[in-house]
Amino acid sequence: MTDAMTGDPKGEIILDMHGLRIEGRSDEIWHEIVHGVNVTLRRGEVLGLIGESGAGKSTIGLAAMGFARDGCRISGGSIMFDGVDLVKASDDSLRQLRGSRIAYVAQSAAAAFNPAHKLIDQYCEAPVQHGIMPRAEAESDAIDLYHRLRLPDPESIGFRYPHQVSGGQLQRAMTAMAMACRPDLIVFDEPTTALDVTTQIEVLSAIRDIVRQFNTAAIYITHDLAVVSQMADRIMVLRHGNLIEEGETRGMIEDPQKEYTRDLLAVRTFRKEISDEPNAEVPLLSVRGVNAAYGKVPVLFDVSMDIHRKRTVAVVGESGSGKSTMARVITGLLPPSQGEVFYDGQALAPGHRRRSKDDKRRLQMIYQMPDTAINPRQRVRSIIGRPLEFYLGMRGEERDARIVQLLEMIELDPDEFIDRFPGELSGGQKQRICIARALAAEPELIICDEVTSALDQLVAEEILKLLQRLQDELGLAYMFITHDLATVRAVADEIVVMLQGKVVEHGPKAEVLRPPHHEYTALLLSSVPEMDPDWLDNLLDERSGQTA
Amino acid sequence: MTMSAPSNAFGGQASPWVSRIAMAAVHFFILVLFLQNVAADTWSSVIGLLFAHLYSVVALTYWSKIERTAAGDTVIVTVTLEYVLMAIIFWERASAWPWSTMFGLGMVQVCAFAAVKYWKDLRRAPASAWFGLIVILVYVMVAATAPIIAPFGETEIVGSEYDVWSNKHLLGTDNLGRDMFTRLIYGGRNTVGIAFTTTLLAFIIGGFAGILAAAMRGWVDQVLGRLVDILMAIPSFIFALLILTIVGTSIPSLIMVIAVLDATRVFRLARAVSMNVVVLDYVEAASLRGEGLWWLIRSEILPNILPPLVAEFGLRFCFVFLFLSGLSFLGLGIQPPTADWGSMVRDNATLITYGDITPLLPAAAIAILTIGVNFVVDWFLHKASGLKD
Repeated sequence: MTDAMTGDPKGEIILDMHGLRIEGRSDEIWHEIVHGVNVTLRRGEVLGLIGESGAGKSTIGLAAMGFARDGCRISGGSIMFDGVDLVKASDDSLRQLRGSRIAYVAQSAAAAFNPAHKLIDQYCEAPVQHGIMPRAEAESDAIDLYHRLRLPDPESIGFRYPHQVSGGQLQRAMTAMAMACRPDLIVFDEPTTALDVTTQIEVLSAIRDIVRQFNTAAIYITHDLAVVSQMADRIMVLRHGNLIEEGETRGMIEDPQKEYTRDLLAVRTFRKEISDEPNAEVPLLSVRGVNAAYGKVPVLFDVSMDIHRKRTVAVVGESGSGKSTMARVITGLLPPSQGEVFYDGQALAPGHRRRSKDDKRRLQMIYQMPDTAINPRQRVRSIIGRPLEFYLGMRGEERDARIVQLLEMIELDPDEFIDRFPGELSGGQKQRICIARALAAEPELIICDEVTSALDQLVAEEILKLLQRLQDELGLAYMFITHDLATVRAVADEIVVMLQGKVVEHGPKAEVLRPPHHEYTALLLSSVPEMDPDWLDNLLDERSGQTA
Repeated sequence: MTMSAPSNAFGGQASPWVSRIAMAAVHFFILVLFLQNVAADTWSSVIGLLFAHLYSVVALTYWSKIERTAAGDTVIVTVTLEYVLMAIIFWERASAWPWSTMFGLGMVQVCAFAAVKYWKDLRRAPASAWFGLIVILVYVMVAATAPIIAPFGETEIVGSEYDVWSNKHLLGTDNLGRDMFTRLIYGGRNTVGIAFTTTLLAFIIGGFAGILAAAMRGWVDQVLGRLVDILMAIPSFIFALLILTIVGTSIPSLIMVIAVLDATRVFRLARAVSMNVVVLDYVEAASLRGEGLWWLIRSEILPNILPPLVAEFGLRFCFVFLFLSGLSFLGLGIQPPTADWGSMVRDNATLITYGDITPLLPAAAIAILTIGVNFVVDWFLHKASGLKD
């Protein structure tokens, strides 16, 4: 199976972008965001574009279709697609190419599908529009592709609306749609970023197989090197609109030439030092036999867990496993229907309105989406200053001095950042502000709800290191909710694995990660992509071997 | 930059409310001094004016947290001095209406300060926004200094009926022989003033109730929502006519009735946009922190729903304006002999049959202001949406 990735002779050059320059407009000035990048792609080849956000990888991916986003323009270079220069081509001829010979798969299939139409109707639109096949033929073709992409119930799934299928299925339906006209080139823009690890595998293998079956050239854009190493024959590492390194996948993973590539490769290697076993004292937070429900729908079933001082407890599970609900129960947003939450041996009131100010102060929360977790109309000064005023009664100069201190703690320059609005910060900086806001209350326990999942890997790692340093310095306890096992490996002392509202396994990190596992833990662990280009093949072989 | 005053011009950390009340008291004291001087003699009045100016530069610097520059100071001082000069030239008129003079000075200074403070934004504003701002500025200044500018009294009969345009009566006279130009100026003051007050009141009532409904949910939302439904079920024009016939058409009752009727529309908008904000993490974070309802409304929700509310304000202002003029046209609005653009159209409507456009001038005044306000609102919306990204 591996020879398909390395040895197969590839066809003629289908796409040749030469000296591509793209400019973006901000503050009424054009800035160059892609500085003369060369990309060549042969028929049947998969090229991985990788880099942090802002590296220009999506912009280049879209340029491969001769398209520039609103506020962007292609300012230089040529884009030769099968003998046609897309930069010079008319809008009309571009429209002929797009959808039929070049297709695009967006990051969020949920946002890219029109919710008002059935999947198969949207599938048929392109082939019928381009006059490639009549409607009835397109429908049977769709069902065939749904088969090949291993969608459940392929005969009838097309007749559902987008909201009636899961995220992973939708992403595969999107891929099928892109394949509808059997294009020569498909651009995949982070197609699995929004998915759980276990779903990601299905989508990855489906995409890879179908691209091989039709010998389609593909550009695969992602920020996850482990994912791209499964998919691509060749990888281009981009940063700030420049090419850093280019090479065959295997060679790049085994022997990266540039410092930046090595950083990207090393991103999952951060490990916390093993701390001591918890002392026998009363746990800081103790959840005992909690059941909870949204309305009549039960979400948590008899959940119990402890968090000790200065320890990090990671709560792991897929979306829908009830891990965020647990955080809502602990913070008092969702009073449990049964069971209790103890803080330092004292029972906490079930609803947050009845808790004392001090109870609230000691238990802080950091959210998944830094964009929505801070008020966009408040300056950093008031975002961090408010808990100081509210809990600790600080005013004026005392408060300002403390804000400066906190900003230094989260490694942001106070002079530069104190009077900024959130809109003037990057995602990582916003998350740091959220951390500072939590720290301002001088808490003992911080609940981190997927704090790194909205961030790039390098940025995420910086945040994890920061949290770790703060724990060492301030003796904080963390409850770390995540679906990313790499994060868990990095920061956890103890692990709680959740599935469908129940705790299926819990204990110290070493114990949970060492076999024998609970069945579900094993599935989660094996689904985390590794930097080995053969990993997906091996895994799929292994799993099919088990079921056979 | 010669002087870059910090955010607090007076230093120290006294509670802002205490110092604001103190400032307001000083302001009032100076005003009284000035008004007494007006009666005494010209020069002491001028000195009083300048003194008041100096004082307001300091006060406005403190209040508006303006970053002072030499250029900014020059603009403010020049504009003020020009106003004072005008007041001296037309001293007889200016001293006859000291309140108007004072109010005009206040407006000039507020505008100058706003222009200096937001110069960065203004410089990049499109031509349409500039047009709108200038229109609003002219209307506001005319309204503020109406008695000084107007050649005759508001209700004074100064000639024969339906006089043609002449040097004495710039726009002729109306059906009772009152000066049309004068009526137009006073009408602006009355109509714009009442429409603005009404819209503001509608937004305070409706906006507050809407955010409250979104923030509290449950029965508060239900009660307020149904109340609004009931009010909206009755055609608003008929309803206003009904209520005004019962309570009589005084200006306060006019303002209250239209404000309450318009507040229902504002309520629905404010509630809908607040609903989107209330579910965001930062509001949850604030309520988990233990913040009270007032903080949530004022600091977390209100600033984030302001752009759509301001857009609606522009639109509502125009609707209220038309509503008022409509009522006046039917005779239930602002009562004669008070000048009002709506009833001025009605009173002189006969002239249209003779091909005279004079009765359409008040209508044109309404239209120009409406367009100006909407230009400014569009610009603001554009700016606000840019800020979010």
